[in-house]
Amino acid sequence: MTVPDQLDRRFREAAGAEGILDVAYDLTDSPIGQLLVAASPRGLCRVSFDPEPEREIETLARGFGLRVLRSPGGVDRARRELDEYFEGRRHEFDLEVDLSPLPAFQQDVLGELVRVPYGHVDTYGGLAERIGRPRAARAVGGALNRNPVPIVVPCHRIVGASGSLVGYAGGLERKRLLLGLEGAIPQTLVD
Amino acid sequence: MMHAVAAIPPFERFYEERKDEIFGYLARMLGRQAAEDAFQETFLRALRGYGKLEHGRHLRAWAFTIATRVAADARRRTVPSGGQLEEIPVSDERPAYAELVDLAGELPPTERAAVVLRYGYDLSYDDIGTALGSSAEAARQASSSGVRRLRKKVTS
Repeated sequence: MTVPDQLDRRFREAAGAEGILDVAYDLTDSPIGQLLVAASPRGLCRVSFDPEPEREIETLARGFGLRVLRSPGGVDRARRELDEYFEGRRHEFDLEVDLSPLPAFQQDVLGELVRVPYGHVDTYGGLAERIGRPRAARAVGGALNRNPVPIVVPCHRIVGASGSLVGYAGGLERKRLLLGLEGAIPQTLVD
Repeated sequence: MMHAVAAIPPFERFYEERKDEIFGYLARMLGRQAAEDAFQETFLRALRGYGKLEHGRHLRAWAFTIATRVAADARRRTVPSGGQLEEIPVSDERPAYAELVDLAGELPPTERAAVVLRYGYDLSYDDIGTALGSSAEAARQASSSGVRRLRKKVTS
């Protein structure tokens, strides 16, 4: 017997409200495609492009605990801030992020990355220098490539020394769109 | 590396795999209206206990066990003893004896649970015993006495 939608929604909300989830997540639409957005009790822990929910859920359960449930209330605020960002009305995210399952080096890199302001870009080498590892530009690239919370932790603002976009886990097209939205690169490069 | 035969799935997957049949079971046990509240309570209890599970074996039987307890609590609160439940039309695929399951609403609670779990959901007597908080043998007896009672009704 199929569970009515309204009953399913009510359970998912009640589970979120009780504060017993390790991770609440939801899918949301954006100008750069569907996103999966997930939060642990400590903060936002995943923003995923082209999400394959089955696989994401397994990864989240390994990192944060088995009680992973699609529960929209738990990511309401993140979704709202992302909407505002895409509308150009928000230049800074006011969200806690939970990077706890990541290696220390990657946490350092991402911690420094959030200081690169809206509309600006920095280089892999520049970021490596600022965390005191001037020769680790390549490792910095690897850490950015595995950034679990893109957009909010803005790895799209890091470009090559020559100014070329280099790479992006979500695809170069998205990197171009995000930097275009922020006015960090000339519109001619966006089209 | 050994293959993890009984890894516990993320709760989302457990919930998606179990929610429809648990809702159907609760509807048979309590009637459609009361099943709605019992459904939420069943999965909230499952979620609270989920972090303490040690392996993923018998997860289906575990879900039925919780549902059976929630149904018993709900019945204590609401249904006067001897009260009869509406018959629930169901469309799940079911094994033989299915017609007995449809009539099971007239049985006393323990026999009803035993008959529905055995013939509606194909649980083993071991698992039904666990769900009812009794032994496999007691579950078998509850089921056969339920079936006998229904046969009498059908043939009389």
